[in-house]
Amino acid sequence: MYPDYLSESLQAVERTRPGRLELAMSGQPVYPPMNADERKDVLSKYHPDFTPGAKRPVRVGPNRGEDITTEVADILEAHSMIEPKLMDIHLREPDYETDLLIIGGGGAGCWAAITAARNGMKSLIATKLRMGDANTMMSEGGMQAAVSPTDSPTRHYLDAIGGGHFENKPELVRVLTEDAPEVVRELENLGVIWDKMGDGSMQVLHGGGTSRKRMVSCRDYIGAIIMRTLMDEVKNHPDMISLREFEPAVELILDDKGRCAGAVLYDLDTEQFLTVRAKATIISTGGFGRLHIRGFATTNHYGATGDGLVMAYRAGANLKFMDSVQYHPTGAVFPEQIAGFLITEKIRGAGGQPLNKFGELFVWPREPRDVESAAIIRECSSDRNNGVDTFAGRSGVWLDSPLIDMIHGAGYTRHQFPGMCRQFDRFGIDIVKQPMLVYPSLHYQNGGIEINERCETSIPGLFVAGEASGGVHGRNRLMGNSVLDYNVFGRRAGRHASEYAKSATLGRLNVDHVRTHAEELVREGIDTDLVSPLILPSYTPEDVKIQQLARLGNVPARHSMLRSRFTPGERKTHL
Amino acid sequence: MESDNRPRQEEGKRQEEGKRQRVRANMVNVFIMGKRHVVPEHATIMRAIEYAGHQIIRGAGCREGFCGACGTLYRLPGDYKLHTGLACTTLVKEGMSLTQIPAVPMEKAIYDVEKLRPDVNTILEVYPVAARCVACNTCSKACPQQLQVMDYVQAGLRGDIALVADLSFDCVACGLCALRCPAEIIPHEIGILSKRLFGRHLRKESRELDERIREVRAGKFDAEYDELMVMGKDSLNKLYYGRDMEP
Ligand SMILES: Cc1cc2nc3c(=O)[nH]c(=O)nc-3n(C[C@H](O)[C@H](O)[C@H](O)COP(=O)(O)OP(=O)(O)OC[C@H]3O[C@@H](n4cnc5c(N)ncnc54)[C@H](O)[C@@H]3O)c2cc1C
Ligand code: SF4
Ligand code: SF4
Ligand code: FES
Repeated sequence: MYPDYLSESLQAVERTRPGRLELAMSGQPVYPPMNADERKDVLSKYHPDFTPGAKRPVRVGPNRGEDITTEVADILEAHSMIEPKLMDIHLREPDYETDLLIIGGGGAGCWAAITAARNGMKSLIATKLRMGDANTMMSEGGMQAAVSPTDSPTRHYLDAIGGGHFENKPELVRVLTEDAPEVVRELENLGVIWDKMGDGSMQVLHGGGTSRKRMVSCRDYIGAIIMRTLMDEVKNHPDMISLREFEPAVELILDDKGRCAGAVLYDLDTEQFLTVRAKATIISTGGFGRLHIRGFATTNHYGATGDGLVMAYRAGANLKFMDSVQYHPTGAVFPEQIAGFLITEKIRGAGGQPLNKFGELFVWPREPRDVESAAIIRECSSDRNNGVDTFAGRSGVWLDSPLIDMIHGAGYTRHQFPGMCRQFDRFGIDIVKQPMLVYPSLHYQNGGIEINERCETSIPGLFVAGEASGGVHGRNRLMGNSVLDYNVFGRRAGRHASEYAKSATLGRLNVDHVRTHAEELVREGIDTDLVSPLILPSYTPEDVKIQQLARLGNVPARHSMLRSRFTPGERKTHL
Repeated sequence: MESDNRPRQEEGKRQEEGKRQRVRANMVNVFIMGKRHVVPEHATIMRAIEYAGHQIIRGAGCREGFCGACGTLYRLPGDYKLHTGLACTTLVKEGMSLTQIPAVPMEKAIYDVEKLRPDVNTILEVYPVAARCVACNTCSKACPQQLQVMDYVQAGLRGDIALVADLSFDCVACGLCALRCPAEIIPHEIGILSKRLFGRHLRKESRELDERIREVRAGKFDAEYDELMVMGKDSLNKLYYGRDMEP
């Protein structure tokens, strides 16, 4: 139920709806799409990436001197969790040995393991929480694939590279778009149920930045359906794939030739450090939403703390496009309990319109995400003051969902968006009849560890796939291209890492790079008590935390985790 | 909640407000694994546990109602019922007594979807325990997603795989139904198996998908790709902003 103080604005939305419906049915854009200059203007003035303090030069490592998102630079310049001196014996006698070590059991990780098994290679998936506790599980809207006859993979290429402001690595965009139709088929062969038309052809919809209908979907549970299918398949191969849950990796291990040779894991239950020796290693640790960059609420899962970036960077891998962050245009603003939760872009793809407090359109609903987000922030800013304010101190714009049934027929919304409906039904809001209140939410790590089309990094034996990687989306990823990304590159990582591992030899294992990193911190005069990877964010109230520190101050591992919880980017004291 | 939408410059101020809000918010008593804590009334169970000072390690995944990591059992004062819910989307209530169930013991069958047939008997062969269903509907009452769990288990027994797939589509695999089932059935595994069987064997084939895959393999787009990949920013820019839009 919406509180009374919002009713005036809600009435305005209803008043303007018939006119906007007519506009939507006309087939013309309901609002003029921005040209290049208009995009540039709104981005530079309102996108959070361009607010003062959003970026700073990083002082250590391969990207030294480059501007990087401040919260990311902070964790790159932090201390390691391990004491290299104490690791020697565990490096000589590793706790686990495997062909491939896969760090992160989300979509990319599971695909890598399945593909490796098909190539006859054994793998170990070490993951932070349970397998599938991942951003992959949460995707709602869909995946881009040029499957419709009106479309083509090269059109998909153009849309993706334009969305990324022409900075994406071309060879990565090519394999992304070229592999897409096959990915659809491969997933279907594993048992994914796609939304289809009566004749069996794929149902396709628009998403932000698409010039052809290209979004394939599984109602609004694409992530859950794909993730559970992949997990089930992983578990069907116990002879080829072993799984260690609640054992996140905290540092990579190299050999004396500088090749990646495994990782140090940290058992969250027993607080033990464990070592893995692997012929090849794949980082598929996903994104960083839980860093709460710029204090934004996030759509991401609990373990999205950018750990892969930290580990790979310390070992010497190059990062790409780490100065840009994706804010999803439509995160929930009301009710407070679901603030930040994702409202899928498919709502706009199906005809939902963003409106200001007067019920007026102010932006074309299908601009690329960064542009759409910046436009919403502008509408709510003091420059325009057209946002709808809630008593909890948030501001947002309406997302007019009732239009969807009017456009596609009664019952469409409930069938196509069961998850979305359920989310709001819980609070007495029927999105078939009433709009949702939305504001941008921290959503996606655009950049990451630089890879090529074989998922290789600058470190031999280290492969990266999925959201942890950088290059494919430039500085702005389009909707549906990251589900595609982890499918395409998860498979590629599995394939190419397997090929590599077949002939790989390993020398003496070491973690000398951790020592070098510590020396670099000293040399640069960096004074920090931050320890990374962060592993988990903390939502403990500040006062409780201070008392916890006093109590546990001497236990090294726990201490390091506690100290790491005091990150400047985190803000969670108040409920 | 976890954070808000304002930029960081205002953080100090907001945190002050946050502290004040903590004092002002209406508080309720909840019993977390038997121990009383005072938490804000508008908190979800997950946020209440964190507010009380716990760092959740098991029992939180997506935090948005998709992953099923946060199954919780609770009782309310004056109510004989044992309730079930997801900690991340269920609000606390005065007097609530709760325990998270981060893992439900279960064994998954090992199978090859490719070799299975979507026959009447497949479900019973892979998960014979399904035959024990006494149609008591306890599972449906326990489901935080409000699914008709009994109906899909029964559909599975009849071999109606399409119906199982449809009714179990939104299952988050929290295992709460399995925990409550008097016949020790694990319904969501039947759901996952059925969805995979449907997707693999009962789908309608898409001809244009086949055609597109064939075109890609035959190199139909190679020349166009080669051209696009070496194109300068200016020409790409022109091409991109000049492209036509499918309505
Ligand atoms: C709410 C939401 C909705 C989305 N909707 C869409 C959509 O509609 N379309 C689209 O294209 N994209 C969407 N995305 C984006 C997309 O889902 C993700 O980018 C993609 O799933 C990432 O897959 P991944 O395998 O790289 O990472 P993840 O799926 O996040 O997997 C990473 C795994 O690594 C684990 N991990 C992390 N650190 C460590 C460590 N140190 N050691 C071991 N394991 C670790 C994590 O716990 C996790 O299990 C959405 C994202 C979110 C959050
Ligand atoms: S069917 Fe069972 S496992 Fe699935 S969501 Fe409902 S209670 Fe949870
Ligand atoms: S609880 Fe068990 S026995 Fe009862 S209806 Fe559900 S599956 Fe059947
Ligand atoms: S944490 Fe994923 S469903 Fe609650």
